[in-house]
Amino acid sequence: MHEEEVLGKAYDARLMRRLLKYLRPYRWHVAFGIVMSIVISGMEALRPYFTKIAVDKDIASGDKVGLLMTALLFLAVLVVRGLIQYANAYLTQWIGQRTIFDLRMEVFRHLQNLSLKFYDKNPIGRLITRVTNDVEVLNEMFSSGIVMVFSDVFTIAAILYFMFTMNLGLALVSLSVLPLLFYGTFLFRRKAREAYREVRLQIARINSFMQEHITGMLVDQIFNRERKSFEKFSAINGAHRDANIKSIFYYAVFYPGIDLIGALSIGLIIWYAGANALEGTVTIGTVMAFVQFNEMFWRPIRDLSEKYNILQTAMASSERIFQLLDDTSILSAPQTPAPFAHVNGEVEFRNVWFAYNVPSDGVQSPEWVLKDISFSIKPGEKVALVGHTGAGKTSITSLLTRFYDVQKGEILIDGMNIQHVKPQDLRRHIGVVLQDVFLFSGDVKGNISLGDSSISLDRVKAATRVVGAHRFIEQLSGDYDAEVKERGATLSVGQKQLLSFARALAYNPRILILDEATSSVDTESEQLIQAAIKKLLHGRTAIVIAHRLSTIQNSDKIIVMHKGEVREMGTHQELLSQNGIYRRLYELQYKDQEVKAPLA
Amino acid sequence: MKPLLRLLPYLARYKKTLTLGILTVVGSNLFSIVQPLFLGYAIDELKAGIESKIYVTSDLMLWAGLIVGFSLIAGFFTFLTRQTIIVVSRHIEFDLRNDLLSHVQKLSYSYFQNKPTGDLMAHATNDISAVRNVLGPGIMYPSDTILTFVLVLTMMLTRDWQLTLLALIPMPLVSIVVYRVSKIIHDRFTERQELFSKLTTRAQENLSGIRVIKSYVREAFETDEFKKLSWEYMKKNLVLAKVQSLLWPLMFLLVGCSIILTMYFGGLRVIDSRMSIGTLSAFMSYLLMLIWPMIAFGWVLNLLQQGAASMGRLTAIFDTVPEIRDTEKTNHSLTDIEGSIEFRRVSFTHKYAQQATLRDLNMKIEKGMTLAVVGYTGSGKTTLVNLVPRLYDVTEGELLIDGHDVRSYPLALLRSSIGYVPQETFLFSDTIAENIRYGLDNGDSHIRDAAEISQIEKDVAEFPKQFETMIGERGITLSGGQKQRTSIARAIMREPKILILDDALSSVDTYTEEEILKRLKNFMQGRTSIIISHRISTVKDADLIVVLDKGEIVERGTHDELVLKGGIYADLHQKQLLERELEEM
Ligand SMILES: Nc1ncnc2c1ncn2[C@@H]1O[C@H](COP(=O)(O)OP(=O)(O)O)[C@@H](O)[C@H]1O
Ligand SMILES: Nc1ncnc2c1ncn2[C@@H]1O[C@H](COP(=O)(O)OP(=O)(O)O)[C@@H](O)[C@H]1O
Ligand SMILES: [Mg+2]
Repeated sequence: MHEEEVLGKAYDARLMRRLLKYLRPYRWHVAFGIVMSIVISGMEALRPYFTKIAVDKDIASGDKVGLLMTALLFLAVLVVRGLIQYANAYLTQWIGQRTIFDLRMEVFRHLQNLSLKFYDKNPIGRLITRVTNDVEVLNEMFSSGIVMVFSDVFTIAAILYFMFTMNLGLALVSLSVLPLLFYGTFLFRRKAREAYREVRLQIARINSFMQEHITGMLVDQIFNRERKSFEKFSAINGAHRDANIKSIFYYAVFYPGIDLIGALSIGLIIWYAGANALEGTVTIGTVMAFVQFNEMFWRPIRDLSEKYNILQTAMASSERIFQLLDDTSILSAPQTPAPFAHVNGEVEFRNVWFAYNVPSDGVQSPEWVLKDISFSIKPGEKVALVGHTGAGKTSITSLLTRFYDVQKGEILIDGMNIQHVKPQDLRRHIGVVLQDVFLFSGDVKGNISLGDSSISLDRVKAATRVVGAHRFIEQLSGDYDAEVKERGATLSVGQKQLLSFARALAYNPRILILDEATSSVDTESEQLIQAAIKKLLHGRTAIVIAHRLSTIQNSDKIIVMHKGEVREMGTHQELLSQNGIYRRLYELQYKDQEVKAPLA
Repeated sequence: MKPLLRLLPYLARYKKTLTLGILTVVGSNLFSIVQPLFLGYAIDELKAGIESKIYVTSDLMLWAGLIVGFSLIAGFFTFLTRQTIIVVSRHIEFDLRNDLLSHVQKLSYSYFQNKPTGDLMAHATNDISAVRNVLGPGIMYPSDTILTFVLVLTMMLTRDWQLTLLALIPMPLVSIVVYRVSKIIHDRFTERQELFSKLTTRAQENLSGIRVIKSYVREAFETDEFKKLSWEYMKKNLVLAKVQSLLWPLMFLLVGCSIILTMYFGGLRVIDSRMSIGTLSAFMSYLLMLIWPMIAFGWVLNLLQQGAASMGRLTAIFDTVPEIRDTEKTNHSLTDIEGSIEFRRVSFTHKYAQQATLRDLNMKIEKGMTLAVVGYTGSGKTTLVNLVPRLYDVTEGELLIDGHDVRSYPLALLRSSIGYVPQETFLFSDTIAENIRYGLDNGDSHIRDAAEISQIEKDVAEFPKQFETMIGERGITLSGGQKQRTSIARAIMREPKILILDDALSSVDTYTEEEILKRLKNFMQGRTSIIISHRISTVKDADLIVVLDKGEIVERGTHDELVLKGGIYADLHQKQLLERELEEM
């Protein structure tokens, strides 16, 4: 279970205050809404009052004209009330929608700023829930919730006022059941909360299961695992159902219980009226009005469980949202960032130590992924990183783009520590072609320009021509406008790599990082790209990661990584003569290729 | 509302409980309906008492007692109603969600390629819960409402039918308004849900691609795009709110009119002494009893409309016939696969694609042989191997396995005979062992063997909990090569008759690749294998090498034959040789 799935308090003043801040820009709207609902509930309380007048005054005295006047007045009040009610319902929705729009954008913006460390820890499925469902849930609280609370409080106050001014004794008697009511509600709330918490937990599990298994459906199907996955899902689904059924029980007791207490109150009214009727302190009209008051008084309380739900969901959701907003895994941006408009492309790693996870106790030493890495690259040099998988090559590139911060040592570009400039300014100078290609749904053009309007279609076309992607793009219907599905599902993997390559070139960076950028591309395209890069990279710095030594042998410098350390450094020839890891790798790759035994 | 009919079979499963539930609704209504009567009697008695100045407390106590007693019984029935009808709705929700997943599991690969993930997720949660609302409250409240209506009406009609009719004048208006409004709600709700799906999808894509977005400093652009969508979504909500807000005030107003009519005309009757004040009070109470059902009615209509809209969306999925499944053509007497594969004039065109991806392929691979496929990026290699486990079905020609059309094999048999390492690796956030075992119950020694062959074992040994280490979202992050090797182990673990490696070593370093190939050689003995690679070194020993170009086989033969032929393959060979020589300089 994740900490954030744990449900906090049902009502938390701190959270509430923070939530209310979001209403600030709309405070006049809220105020107006409250005024309107006060007017509405005032009018609501008038209804039994009209009944009393009709019965005690008009009917008792046989005044037919008076009765008509009372009825018409009543009608007028009703119509006005309907209009105000409509305006208010729309206004509250408007407030709610505006507020959650603001909140949603704040969450989204914050997510854009969070560092990759955060994304390593948080499943995408859960983050999506924050931006969509969790924010959505607050709608109810922001719209009807807040205003309704005021209106309910006021309704109750108005009813109490009418009751006490009409007949003190009757009012006290009919309210004598309140302690019972409070106790019942208290019990209910406690139980309902536990059940609710369980339901939330299971819903979250259903969501992550769906997200993962739909993305991986291909694997499920190929390996014939549908049955097993289904059983797993069914178990979660069943737990969700059972949690819900448990909470149904509490509601099933609560609602009739409230009604029963209401009936008790009516019984008491009748009894009291009977006892006091002879003294003439209680009129028939008063009794009838009290019966109606009783009904009206009970409605907000009856709704309470529902409002309680809204409140509870809102608290749980806002707690998770605020937790996200409070997450400070944002790379510390320098207070006064150094200007970084032009870069020559000199790169230096100085005694860099890095671990993805630093134990929080501070005692255990972290699992170092990079240990004491130092090297430097002159502007315009082409440097290759080689080494086994897991040696730390990709990690080096992630540090250079400042996806993560180093624990010890420093990284310099043109002599400037990269922590002293804005990450965005830094990244603008670096083009990365990642090992895992990611394409967005949209069109081909948009996937290369990524919506940057300063990148013209011609530049897009030129970039694709360099990597030879134009050949297949022109085959697509609509060529550069051709549709790209989610994650580029309808393109071949090699094609996706070519597009991602073209993307990096279109951005025209000073420093280019190629991480296994051509692993799924055929030899011809690869050589084409090599030739193009050579031409293109003239005067630019490049860091290339490749397993095929053929693609890197003409690098200015080759850095051999092993278990997070730099073990060898030099040109191809130098390294070969060193008789170390590089030489072994090289021999393994090219030894006796021609006489290798058959595969099967 | 038609989509909701699809729920009938589900309801039928819980016939008995539901019937019981409806009976309890009747019970609770019967017992609450008489309460205003008691109240009316009490008031008449009170009035008589006041006028005749006779002490009446004991009689009043009786009425008061009856009111409380009946309320208790009615409450008990209400309790039962919730315990039956609402509970059933949760059961059906469970069934429906299970059915959705098991249906989605059957849909073919091309469906998922063309459908956003966020969309499917929205269906499994939002839409199903909208349907659930129809099943629980949507059944409980209408039966309650209708019953209350009928009972209250009979009560009122027997007392004074003229006054009743007068009081009910606004009712037809109610139904017309409600009908109109709910229709509009339905349409606007559907539009809103669609936009919500879009919003979810956008968020999902943005968050999945965050690395790219950050690399290219596109945060501001992405935020802008998201803002546009959110804004549009908000506007859709407000358009919906405009009609939804109308429903309740209208109901209140109309019921209020009824009360006024009753008060006025009833009052006239009391003045003319044609009706007791107690009866009037009972009438008013009855009308008040109608308020809640009326509100519930509007609310339920809302629910029904939303439920119908959601069910419509779900139905669209349920009605998607899986393109690839067992049909009457499936021959269940086939229980074994040896592994010979033959392509006979096979052509294939992707869904929504304009041109054929594969054209007129002919080749035969005997059991135990190795076929290698090479070709340019996008030439159709992946598509070709996807035909074997029937991720796609051929659009022309036939694909035969052991001489039988691949479509005549039960899908489960076919796929369990194939070990497939896809070009793009997908691992679940689970333990390494679970990812390799992946549903098989073989012992741990098999996992070790598979991990040894795929050379992931040494890496695993260094992980904190070895094979029990969690990977992915809740565990450690594997590098590209580690993932690929885990994926290879998963395929090997199944000891398949047919092994497919689609560029499966692209992220593995040279040394490890060598080691893997060495071990695979042994493993592939007696198994048919198809290997896709760009490296001559990987494919040169295959029994048959085919070169694909734009979906056609342009060259075929063994390594030596192809090198002599002087075509694409020879060219490739030349280039890779050259590379090597360059390096050796
Ligand atoms: N985001 C991450 N969180 C935690 N560990 C990681 C992460 N990315 C990589 N690692 C671990 O760091 C080590 C180095 O990985 P990487 O730099 O990707 O290696 P290479 O690129 O040389 O294959 C590996 O052991 C890998 O499991
Ligand atoms: N689902 C799909 N829908 C439409 N076109 C597709 C789909 N999948 C692949 N293609 C297209 O078919 C061609 C062959 O793709 P593929 O078989 O993946 O190539 P490769 O030889 O690189 O493995 C490519 O042009 C690709 O764009
Ligand atoms: Mg492919």
